[in-house]
Amino acid sequence: MSVAELEERSDAAATAPSRAVGVGERRRASWFVRITVLVIVVLWIIPTLGVLITSFRPEDLTNSTGWWTALAHPFRVGEWTFENYRTALSQEGFGNSFLNSLAVAIPSTVIPITIAAFAAYAFSWMEFRGRYVLFVVVVGLLVVPLQMSLIPILRLYTQGATLGPFRVFPDLDLNGTFLGMWLAHAGFGLPLATYLLANYIRSLPSSIIESARIDGADHFTIFWRLIVPLSVPALAAFAIFQFLWVWNDLLVAYVLLGGTVETRVLTISLANLVGSRGESWHLLTAAAFITMVVPLIVFFALQKYFVRGLTAGSVKG
Amino acid sequence: MSSSATDPDAGLPAQTSKAGAALWLSVLRIAGALAIPVVAFFAMWATFDFLRSEDANRVIVVVVAVVVGVFGVFFLYWGMNKAVDLLPFRYREGVRPWIFVGPCLVILSVFLVYPVINTILISLKDAFGQEFVGLDNYRFVFSDDSMLRSIRNTLGWIVIVPLFATVIGLVYATLADKLRRGEAVAKSLIFLPLAISFVGASVTWKLIYSFRPAGFGSNIGLLNGVMQGLGQDPVAWIQLRPWNNLFLMVIMIWMQVGFAMVVLSAAIKSVPDEIVEAARIDGASEWQVFRRILIPSILPTIVVVVTYMVINAMKVFDIVFVFGNAEADETEVIAERMLRWFFISANQGRGAAIAVVLFVAIIPVMIWNIRRFREEESIR
Repeated sequence: MSVAELEERSDAAATAPSRAVGVGERRRASWFVRITVLVIVVLWIIPTLGVLITSFRPEDLTNSTGWWTALAHPFRVGEWTFENYRTALSQEGFGNSFLNSLAVAIPSTVIPITIAAFAAYAFSWMEFRGRYVLFVVVVGLLVVPLQMSLIPILRLYTQGATLGPFRVFPDLDLNGTFLGMWLAHAGFGLPLATYLLANYIRSLPSSIIESARIDGADHFTIFWRLIVPLSVPALAAFAIFQFLWVWNDLLVAYVLLGGTVETRVLTISLANLVGSRGESWHLLTAAAFITMVVPLIVFFALQKYFVRGLTAGSVKG
Repeated sequence: MSSSATDPDAGLPAQTSKAGAALWLSVLRIAGALAIPVVAFFAMWATFDFLRSEDANRVIVVVVAVVVGVFGVFFLYWGMNKAVDLLPFRYREGVRPWIFVGPCLVILSVFLVYPVINTILISLKDAFGQEFVGLDNYRFVFSDDSMLRSIRNTLGWIVIVPLFATVIGLVYATLADKLRRGEAVAKSLIFLPLAISFVGASVTWKLIYSFRPAGFGSNIGLLNGVMQGLGQDPVAWIQLRPWNNLFLMVIMIWMQVGFAMVVLSAAIKSVPDEIVEAARIDGASEWQVFRRILIPSILPTIVVVVTYMVINAMKVFDIVFVFGNAEADETEVIAERMLRWFFISANQGRGAAIAVVLFVAIIPVMIWNIRRFREEESIR
């Protein structure tokens, strides 16, 4: 379901039916279609365009005129500035938050992948009792809302857990740490990762796995030498979805990481800025664009995997 | 794979007691499942304890985390796999799957299964999660004015957002499908808002809805700019009850149309050309082709898209939270109330009860998901 596949198919789909339709009718439909598509595209771009333009305008201009007035005289001296980005990155601490977001998102993406890949292989190609039931549980956990997990996990992080007289989870003071974030996001991402990878790994032809077994390869070798290299598309799709999900997350970061200047991530900083300087649009737009840069780069550079990951991952709690 | 895996007791010497072997096997399986997550956790905790000094270099932190988190975990699996090879032969293939699948199950238990049970228990307790208070928290959820409004608003979100996002996405997918050139570009531009965060999208739209009363400077929000261009008075969109709920929903529709469009577009392209062509030769209009052939063919996909959007709309939180003043503007939603009560008002019992309401609402989707999975399994 990637964009590349869509494009391939669309070539065939677009030319074939037009032969059956009269020439005049096709032209009329096509004008209607073009204009409607154009209108929707323009409507959809305007909000982002407004943020982008405002973020490059000097403070006094953003306060006195709408961003669209800049389109009337785009080459006037003093119309554009980088000052807003400079202020946001240094004074408002978005540079630091940017690093924090990377520090949270990258490990939160890669840690669950290894664990999920091993589990997905076991669910697909190993025989054990309860395999089917356990996989159904994983499918069920896909849609559990995060809200159900937040209170108990915050309690685990701040006071540990005891079962009667026994301490089953140590009191490690994990709230407000990157490690706590990595573990929580790894846990929340695991159902999707396991489900996605297991679906993919199961669909690999059994003949190659059986022939490897005949050649004397054990499960670990098959997994490492055969399954992992073949599963790269599914691994990439999950990685992109999870990375963007963590990068864009406000809820988990708000509860488990908190808003201290040193550790806060971009989404928290932006939400705080809305609260403290809600009318400083030159700063808000620059800050908003700083939070969007990485997702947009991922979007344009990895569109094929991005679409696959998002469509597969849209179920996540 | 091998028959000894399904029946681990097969081939045991007759003199070994079967019960004893089964017990050993269970112990080994549990130990195998727990070993990797526990060791990995403490290894990472020990490594990252220095992180508490908050000026630690983040590049080093990330590199070390990736190295420990990926290679460290991988070598733990490798080591455990070697350890299994040292076991007596009759235990090996009975224990090995649990080395592979165990860590995943342990982590899921800690971060999802245990919390679900715990949250249900806390929802029956007081603000500090100490004393049982019966159903008081649920009584609060279904009697407090603000809570009732949040339920009403959430119902609005789960009807309006999926409806509009799916319809616009479907229409757009059908139209873009007819374009001879530029289909990919037209699609990616609609899809783009899906990449950005809810917070970023909220700021984007806050600018559009921005309001200054007449006489307090010119309006820099696009909507009020248009109003002024038309000679009207500026409107405080976000205070305009009850329509402000709709204005917030527009943000989510703006973000989600791309998702509906991409999924439905793929479904449309998989409808066989012959059927569509045959209908056209028989004289069907474009509308009839759309209504009678396309829609029925992709109905299962539409159902999936709508369901996923309903789940997402049910959990919407960031948009309302970022716009602030939910109570004054009467734009509360359930997920946002949950955070207010649990985190900002530090009332664990009420927060948990609100979360449980959300969870119960999602259970039908969960069952539907599982049923769908089992149907697919039976076809396989």
